[in-house]
Amino acid sequence: MLGIDITLIDWSRAQFALTACYHWLFVPLTLGLAVIMGIMETLYVVKKDEFWKRTAQFWMKLFGINFAVGVATGLILEFEFGTNWSNYSWFVGDIFGAPLAIEGIVAFFMEATFISVMYFGWNKVSRRFHLAATWLTGLGATISAWWILVANAWMQHPVGMAFNPDTVRNEMVNFWEVAFQGMAVTKFLHTVSSAWMTGGVFVIGVSCWYLLRRRNTEMARRSLRIGTIVGLAATFIVMATGDRSGIEIAKHQPMKLAAAEGLMDGGQRAPFSIVPGVEVPGVLSILATHDLDGYVPGVNDLLNGYTTPDGKTVKGGQEKMLLGQRALNDFTQYRQYLKTDTAQAAVYAKRLKKNVQYFGYGHVEKVRDLVPPIAVVYWAFRVMVGVGSLLLLVMLLFLWFEYKKAPQLPRWLLHAGLWSIPLVYLAGQAGWAVAEVGRQPWIIQDLMPVNAAVSQLPTGNVMLTFFIFLILFTTLLIAELRIMINAIKNHKSE
Amino acid sequence: MITHSFLQHYWWFLVSLLGALLVFLMFVQGGNAVAYTLGRTEEERRLIFNSTGRKWEYTFTTLVTFGGAFFASFPLFYSTSFGGAYWVWMLLLVSFVVQAVSYEFQSKVGNVLGQRGYRLLLQFNGFIGPFVLGAAVATFFNGAEFTVNQENLGDTYQPVVSTWASSWHGLEALGNFWNWCLGLAVCFLARTLGILYIMNNVDDDTLRSRGSVQLVGNAGMFLLFFLAFLIRTLFKDGFAVAADGSVVMEPMKYLHNLLAMWPVLLLLLAGVALVLFGIVKTIRSKTYVRGIWPVGVGTVLTVLALLLCAGWNHTAYYPSTADLQSSLTLANSSSSLFTLQVMAVVSLIIPFVLAYIVWCWRAIDLRSITRKELEEDEHTY
Repeated sequence: MLGIDITLIDWSRAQFALTACYHWLFVPLTLGLAVIMGIMETLYVVKKDEFWKRTAQFWMKLFGINFAVGVATGLILEFEFGTNWSNYSWFVGDIFGAPLAIEGIVAFFMEATFISVMYFGWNKVSRRFHLAATWLTGLGATISAWWILVANAWMQHPVGMAFNPDTVRNEMVNFWEVAFQGMAVTKFLHTVSSAWMTGGVFVIGVSCWYLLRRRNTEMARRSLRIGTIVGLAATFIVMATGDRSGIEIAKHQPMKLAAAEGLMDGGQRAPFSIVPGVEVPGVLSILATHDLDGYVPGVNDLLNGYTTPDGKTVKGGQEKMLLGQRALNDFTQYRQYLKTDTAQAAVYAKRLKKNVQYFGYGHVEKVRDLVPPIAVVYWAFRVMVGVGSLLLLVMLLFLWFEYKKAPQLPRWLLHAGLWSIPLVYLAGQAGWAVAEVGRQPWIIQDLMPVNAAVSQLPTGNVMLTFFIFLILFTTLLIAELRIMINAIKNHKSE
Repeated sequence: MITHSFLQHYWWFLVSLLGALLVFLMFVQGGNAVAYTLGRTEEERRLIFNSTGRKWEYTFTTLVTFGGAFFASFPLFYSTSFGGAYWVWMLLLVSFVVQAVSYEFQSKVGNVLGQRGYRLLLQFNGFIGPFVLGAAVATFFNGAEFTVNQENLGDTYQPVVSTWASSWHGLEALGNFWNWCLGLAVCFLARTLGILYIMNNVDDDTLRSRGSVQLVGNAGMFLLFFLAFLIRTLFKDGFAVAADGSVVMEPMKYLHNLLAMWPVLLLLLAGVALVLFGIVKTIRSKTYVRGIWPVGVGTVLTVLALLLCAGWNHTAYYPSTADLQSSLTLANSSSSLFTLQVMAVVSLIIPFVLAYIVWCWRAIDLRSITRKELEEDEHTY
């Protein structure tokens, strides 16, 4: 089709994916450690025990090393909506810009202001003020997550807006629907609880390392306890919201669900695939609809159209593309007649309104383009769930030994705790892959595919910035890991 | 009555205010840029980096919020400028990314690039950040090379609304001397603010007396470039919006704007006067170290007045030199009435945010940083 170079789209996607993946390496630890530091400092203030102050300060040191890189990658992400997805920025900026602005005004300033009190205020403000600053730093980061996830959820399920052919963009008509739709609430709880889980697992892992080395044992044992409780509580929220998320994806992004399950032909009592060739009958229907007889469409159904058991006919991708092209044509005619023949323009406006929900499909070239990379989404989902389950098991074992008041933890469990750190990051990255790769080719579900959203830039320019960011972020990641490992190795809690 | 036009002007004011605060907070960049001339020993440099290092998050956050507010209120600017002047914004972003980590990493064991490496990055940001921002703001008065055609969205072959006319994607702005002029003015302003901030925030006689001397050169260069830009801008042709919405060239448009909006003119004059007062008093007095405040307030007022002058009074705030009618105005580039109303309600939080920032800032800066504090404090850079 298109005048837009396909390699430009791919490089633009690659750059955004690179930034998002790196960003999501640092942010979960920020959110997770914030809660744990807050708990520890609260213990210090309540119990007036200097041990908890020293322990909180140790985790704050690691928090600080991690924090800056998360902030830096976040800056790039926000501006990449403009630099690399300029058409998107205009087409839905009226809705999408608001959460980003609110995030800045409400959350970022809170985080930036109180983090300086948290780090530099130990000897300058009262204990209670300092404690409040620590919690407010975490709260700022969490509110920030809320607004960015509101924006992300809106891309997955656009609500609260209407297309205005005069301004050629979607405009917000209901702020509350945008800010508090079900998908936003679920996405926030699921993502933030997964970050708390990351924080818990990180604390467990570092504490295990100390216990394996028989160093800082008191700090490690007590930190381990808090890490386990936070991590486990978070994991249960992740599971509950993951279930809710499944229902919402089945409803609003059925192609993503079909891809995540590798389900080509759907139906009632749809099977859940554990790995290729190993299926559990009916479980997918239960997960997607909470009903054993629930209908789950497969990839082919979604492309060709299907009829549900209650007789409802759902259009296929091909038909939607046809309606989308009609909508684009009506839009063009409307704009042409607007200056010369308002009566004729009104006719086209009416026709456009009828098919405007398929506007984005008009920009899709081939029906197969509506299918995301199935293998990536399928395996990412299994990695996320499988690793998450493994981590749950590890944390339950830690809880068991704590409950038994075991004087020493078995070394195999300490090793498992240590190796949980890379695993929790793997699960987090896999989760993002499911969410973001699974919605391709849409930058906004059903409204705008990536090829209509991209900035018109020479591909070479985007390739160059991609490699600049790749080198920069990788260097920063290596530096952060080395600094953090050194800080952990050299720490003496007593 | 709260009309769409009123809210467009209100949001231009807020975006301008954020831009003005951002320029003031660039004392962080300026402080880093002069770190190796103002600080001649390692201890002195540590004092400087620890002083600016306690404020970098404010600058960073203001930049992010400036971007977010622009996106929410004037999305066509966001899509046109960011998607077109690609290299300008990328340069600015990269410089801020490296700055964010350099503070925390510079003195840590195992930091890969070494302390000198991170400090070079801080200085890179110290020059590039203010310069690029200044040059970008200059294009509000001098124009940029783009076209906007919203009809394109119906075209499957070429659906992009905003297209950049120069293959240099923003770097062509460097071909205009006056963009350089404002870029360098902001650069020297940041250095001036940096010196003043360090003189106020670091209790060190050596740095204070040396700062007073270095202020002369930096403030002098700032005034030279700024006044040249200001005078030229006031007397050049500007981009006016006619009654039918078309954009036309008008001789001395920006001077007319100031005369038509006398409160803005007063802001500008008060701002310039405060900047001059703070600089001159700091240079002349051996004990006066609070110059950052009059100069800071003056900077905010001056930048605010300039940005209001660029957008208010029927002016195209982002003019296109490639196609005059593609120029962005408050009316043709803003969000819908509903979105601006929602955001106006959100903006009521701003005074509360400013209040707690001032409270915490005072709590941390109540006592100036000393060499002794650096030895004792656990969290230093």
